[in-house]
Amino acid sequence: MLRSKGAPHLRRAVAFALTASIALSLVGCSQPTTEPSDAEQPAATSEVILASTTSTQDSGLFDVLVPAFEKANPAYKVKVIAVGTGEALKLGENKDADVLLVHAKADEEKFVEAGFGIERADVMYNDFIIVGPEADPAGVKAAADTTAAMTAIAEGKAPFVSRGDDSGTHKKELKLWKASGVETPTPEAQQWYESTGQGMGETLKIASEKAGYTLADRATYLSMKDALDLVIVREGDKGLLNQYGVIVVTDAKNQAGGQAFYDWILTPEAQKVISEFGVAEYGQQLFVPNAGQ
Amino acid sequence: MDIYTDALADGFVLLTSGTVDVWTIVSTSLRVSGLAVAIALVVGLPLGMLLGLKRFIGRTAALIIFNAGMGLPPVFVGLLVAMTLSRRGPLGDLSLLYSQTAMVIAQVIIAVPIVVAISAAAVGAVPRELRWQAAALGAQRWRVGMLTLSEARVGLIAAVAGGFGAIISEVGAVQMVGGNLRGETRVMTTAIVEFTRKGDYGSALALALVLMAIVVAVNIALVSMQTSADKWDRP
Repeated sequence: MLRSKGAPHLRRAVAFALTASIALSLVGCSQPTTEPSDAEQPAATSEVILASTTSTQDSGLFDVLVPAFEKANPAYKVKVIAVGTGEALKLGENKDADVLLVHAKADEEKFVEAGFGIERADVMYNDFIIVGPEADPAGVKAAADTTAAMTAIAEGKAPFVSRGDDSGTHKKELKLWKASGVETPTPEAQQWYESTGQGMGETLKIASEKAGYTLADRATYLSMKDALDLVIVREGDKGLLNQYGVIVVTDAKNQAGGQAFYDWILTPEAQKVISEFGVAEYGQQLFVPNAGQ
Repeated sequence: MDIYTDALADGFVLLTSGTVDVWTIVSTSLRVSGLAVAIALVVGLPLGMLLGLKRFIGRTAALIIFNAGMGLPPVFVGLLVAMTLSRRGPLGDLSLLYSQTAMVIAQVIIAVPIVVAISAAAVGAVPRELRWQAAALGAQRWRVGMLTLSEARVGLIAAVAGGFGAIISEVGAVQMVGGNLRGETRVMTTAIVEFTRKGDYGSALALALVLMAIVVAVNIALVSMQTSADKWDRP
């Protein structure tokens, strides 16, 4: 109808009205639609950036930890950035994060010594497990200890999938190879060894697909168990302990917020939240709190 | 500017030091995407010609579908292919997930709509009178087809450039179906993501520049093919 030769004015008017209403609605969307009433002004919250690791994120711990912290400290809103331990420490160095929660104690202590962090404390630990195919072609279940297990895997009867990303888990894996006297495998030299360069979730999926072994933290494995065709073939060895630490970043943008998170996570209330996480869903603790021990 | 130049300098030092096998990463990228665009051309060019020249019921719908397909998110394609090839999926017995084969499959799916849509437009733009005239002068069907392709070559080269450009730089599909396995399925884009995750922005930046250099080099070759094709048409 509007294409007819007549009514060019009508066309222009409609086009103008359409454009104007679209423009106005876009502008309108960017304004806050509700004005706080005089009686209840919402308090301004500041953002705290917490850099942590992908395995912690994948376990789901932050889904209970962050709301608990924000309830106890309503002045802050936490933004979790989950990356590899290496990048998390880098974020701290560049002051792109206010507080860190990672699991590489030696690197954490170096970080503080170098002046990038004000203080560091133990928060909780969980353990690593070796998972693999039910059939267990390398015989890891029957191995006498972790050393025997790693040596058995190195025979190459089944693939071993490594994080290969300088994460806490990866560093633990390298320590295990070293401790068992096996020369650190590489994908180039050993056909059975794969290196993903990614987080725990992806690495577990790849290990499952390839019917191979991998070193995982218990929390991530449990949270993904149903999607994987992997079973626990080794657990409980002393060398498989995984200690988490919290660090306040020096001269962070939100120094007060970072410090608040650090102080809070070491309180008995926070430690209780950690100890209860996962019990209902998986029937076991995923993290064992050990602040101040 | 210091943060960029410092990072870049560190990055090039690392990449040339030999600790990271840059050559394998680059050659895997080129092998996977090169093969994928070649297959996409074999599949897509005939389809594009059909779509561009023949009039049939549902042609408009097909054109819409392929044009829309140019906007297919690579990560969506990656997800579907991964689900299909996974052990729990219908083609799980082939054990193809996390292999270069899987990556080629996903990238072919991404490139085909691009090749089809652009080549359909290119051949469709060849004047019908030209084809009628050739036929009237006694040319057989396939000869007319070759003539059309020749007339449309500038647009067809654009189809190649579009298809290749889309897949050499995508990360969603190759990440999902390849798994970024070192020495096997690690390509430039997934390696860049990995460097970034490790906090090594320098290497990520340097490798990204290598990727861009390759894309520019390929396009220099393709555009010069186009302009030399143009020259023949001048009186």
